[in-house]
Amino acid sequence: MRLNSVAKTVLQRLGLGLITLFIVSIIIFSAVAMLPGDFAKATLGQSATPETVAALQHEIGLDRPPVERYFSWVGKMLKGDFGSSFASRTGYRRTVAEIIAPRLYNTIFLAVMTALIAVPLALGLGIVAALYRNSWFDRVVNTVTLTTISFPEFFIAYMLAFLIISRDTFAGTEFAQSLPAWLAISINWTLNVVPKFPTLANINDETPFWDHVWRAALPSITLTLVIVAHMMRMTRAAILNMLSSPYIDMARLKGMGPMVVVVRHALPNAWAPIVTVVAFNLAYLIVGVVIVEVVFVYPGVGQLMVDAVRSRDVPVVQACALVFAAAYILLNLIADIISIATNPRLLHPR
Amino acid sequence: MKSSNVIARERGTDLLTVRDLHVEGFSDERWHPIVRGVNVSLKRGEVLGLIGESGAGKSTIGLAAMGYAKPGCRITQGSVVFDGADLLSMSEARRRRLRGSRIAYVAQSAAAWFNPAHRLLDQTVETAVAHGIASRGEANRDAVELYKRLQLPEPETIGFRYPHQVSGGQLQRAMTAMAMVCRPDLIVFDEPTTALDVTTQVEVLASIRRIVEDFNTAAIYVTHDLAVVAQMADRIMVLRHGQTVEEAVTRQMLAAPTQEYTRTLWAVRKLVKPEIEARDHLLTIDNVTAAYAGRVKVLVDVSIKVPRGRTVALVGESGSGKSTLARVVTGLLPAISGSISFDGQPLPLSLKQRPKDLLRRIQMIYQSPDSALNPRQTVEDIIARPLEFYLGLKGEQRDRRIGELMHMIEMDESFLDRLPGELSGGQKQRICIARAVAANPDLIICDEVTSALDQIVQEEILKLLMRLQRELGVSYIFITHDISTVRAIADKVVVMHQGKVVEQGSKTEVLTTPHAAYTELLLSSVPEMDPDWLTQLLARRKNRGILDAAG
Repeated sequence: MRLNSVAKTVLQRLGLGLITLFIVSIIIFSAVAMLPGDFAKATLGQSATPETVAALQHEIGLDRPPVERYFSWVGKMLKGDFGSSFASRTGYRRTVAEIIAPRLYNTIFLAVMTALIAVPLALGLGIVAALYRNSWFDRVVNTVTLTTISFPEFFIAYMLAFLIISRDTFAGTEFAQSLPAWLAISINWTLNVVPKFPTLANINDETPFWDHVWRAALPSITLTLVIVAHMMRMTRAAILNMLSSPYIDMARLKGMGPMVVVVRHALPNAWAPIVTVVAFNLAYLIVGVVIVEVVFVYPGVGQLMVDAVRSRDVPVVQACALVFAAAYILLNLIADIISIATNPRLLHPR
Repeated sequence: MKSSNVIARERGTDLLTVRDLHVEGFSDERWHPIVRGVNVSLKRGEVLGLIGESGAGKSTIGLAAMGYAKPGCRITQGSVVFDGADLLSMSEARRRRLRGSRIAYVAQSAAAWFNPAHRLLDQTVETAVAHGIASRGEANRDAVELYKRLQLPEPETIGFRYPHQVSGGQLQRAMTAMAMVCRPDLIVFDEPTTALDVTTQVEVLASIRRIVEDFNTAAIYVTHDLAVVAQMADRIMVLRHGQTVEEAVTRQMLAAPTQEYTRTLWAVRKLVKPEIEARDHLLTIDNVTAAYAGRVKVLVDVSIKVPRGRTVALVGESGSGKSTLARVVTGLLPAISGSISFDGQPLPLSLKQRPKDLLRRIQMIYQSPDSALNPRQTVEDIIARPLEFYLGLKGEQRDRRIGELMHMIEMDESFLDRLPGELSGGQKQRICIARAVAANPDLIICDEVTSALDQIVQEEILKLLMRLQRELGVSYIFITHDISTVRAIADKVVVMHQGKVVEQGSKTEVLTTPHAAYTELLLSSVPEMDPDWLTQLLARRKNRGILDAAG
């Protein structure tokens, strides 16, 4: 009975997610269909004759009516066939799946790596900030995270890259020579403490795992700086919100120390808002990383999509958009399920 | 805890001595005094009752006895010496070791004071395990033992439930078990039964009294209910505005209070209205059955007649269907079957089918004026809304009517531009009354309108409602669980239990010659000022075996 009601809610959410995905697919298809320009004309150039354009359009099926094209797209996708890239030629077929798969792996790799750093960091900082609220630690953490979230991500990315480069070049700059010697030396020393992360994350299929981690370090740190503030502040706020509850007074009156009060009594009741924000930020790691990918030349889905839009490779654009939507919906679904699982009122009904 | 044990108690050594306690609270950007120079002394095994209106500082003193000030409060002066050590000057770590293990706390609303995320058993044993008094296994066994002593149902397994899965009375007893688990020397009970129905209250009072007696625990019992404190305390201290008014042994305090203020507190319970019979009926509820979507029926075949210009009191414990009946009459919850007629005309069951003028004629006043008033609207906006909406009054007419209404509820027109947050509880409830009266209704449904208020304010509100009835001829359906309120205002009484009408009739019929067993149980559960009342009641019930039936 009790499991049923939770299972029912989960299935309901899953169903809603699928409906959302379906609606999103219509929007993606319409939006892409309305993009200005035409793949055939773009590929063949200004000088192409109408006949060659029409021939190419026929070859890739662009001459059929949009509704028919939509249903054949969705129908094939349901069978696991994401179609062929427009870049395919007779005898040289490139499926969308084989184009996206390695890129998606890279994107997920970066997202998981960042999540593993950022989520525990944000939760930990949030809990400690709530524990020592209004202390210098709380203020410093708040100020620093607010600063990093206020800068555009490309700025942070370039600053980090600049920092790495300065490691080798700082001593030789005019700026360094204008500083007193002790200061220049200590700055140089500090810079040299920073590991020499690669500023270009060039990665291919053969890159070994730990090498991949090493090369993805800078993009990952950049993304961590971008997302940690939001999650950390929500953790802090959600816990502080709980701290005014009577049962927190009760825990104190039972002689529990501040750490127990926050971790055992406040945090379990604060998961729902925290998880929602975490899901939102993790979704960003997959959907919104395109700029960071471009800065560090990291071969993820975001860059692929930008390239595909530029060359009007519609099947790839559509598939990328759909992958983004699915990631977004899935992560929010997981957040919903965790919210239910941490709410005893839902999990253990009367 | 009383009678035979009193002598043994008085021989006990000093346990707690509070000297010249001053506590301040922060609000409106400054510190206000809450407690001003109170002295308390308590011997081992002794129970001290703290009594007073809200804002008298009694809960604050209770917490200060644990060396604790709520967030937003601070102890500015005085000493709290517990078993030879001053709680206020010792280190926080040492205070923490005492809290829970030697001084424990039982709060008013157990539903809010239990952590919703953990099982009852985990919370019950937490202190014992954390303070290193017992191993987890020992503590678990002890908790089950305490659940048994406190007569909780299924003591072996009830600990595995979450707080939302047990009733309010059970939760209150579980909280007492949680306080008892370290066998403290002192327990602070902060209005532990105020949120409970009278029938449940008796059970919880009896459980608390027995367990405190068994373990010879000293207690500070905070309440605003004199009859309750009379049953529980060896000594009573009356507080007002953070100061002691007087202090004496319970019997002496009840028999011969020396201070005028104490006498006014004692007098509140004596408001009685003579009943008047009426033949003309304004509202007739006929065989009404109602249910919430997809659930069991909450009202079954209810038939009630409301005489014109009179008051019908709906009595029963929570879950008896009183408030549901109010929702059915207002049309918020359309009845499944049955019919209602209003002023000789059939009343459409659903709110949506009722014309505006019919809506105007039935108004409601709620229990909690805090949630019934929009905190962002001024008093003027609140009262003007029904005038504009139902009666279409504008400009000077509207302003004049607002003035009249404020005069009716005995409030100054200077309150008009205030927000609800700036008013006291009694003033807020007056605004709610003015808003209901503004629509010129024939029937007002009052849902527990006084239960959130102090006794003295309660009396003022009841008097106001009675005066408005005389002047305007309005009928009331008065939902309450408090029998003294019934005595004060009702002409007719309807007793409800589990969605059914158990008994109805004129006030004298129902209150003086109870017929139904449930009415008997309900009426006998209302605490009386006699300090032997609970002891005698329990003895009588034991003889007749009612106690088990009531649980």
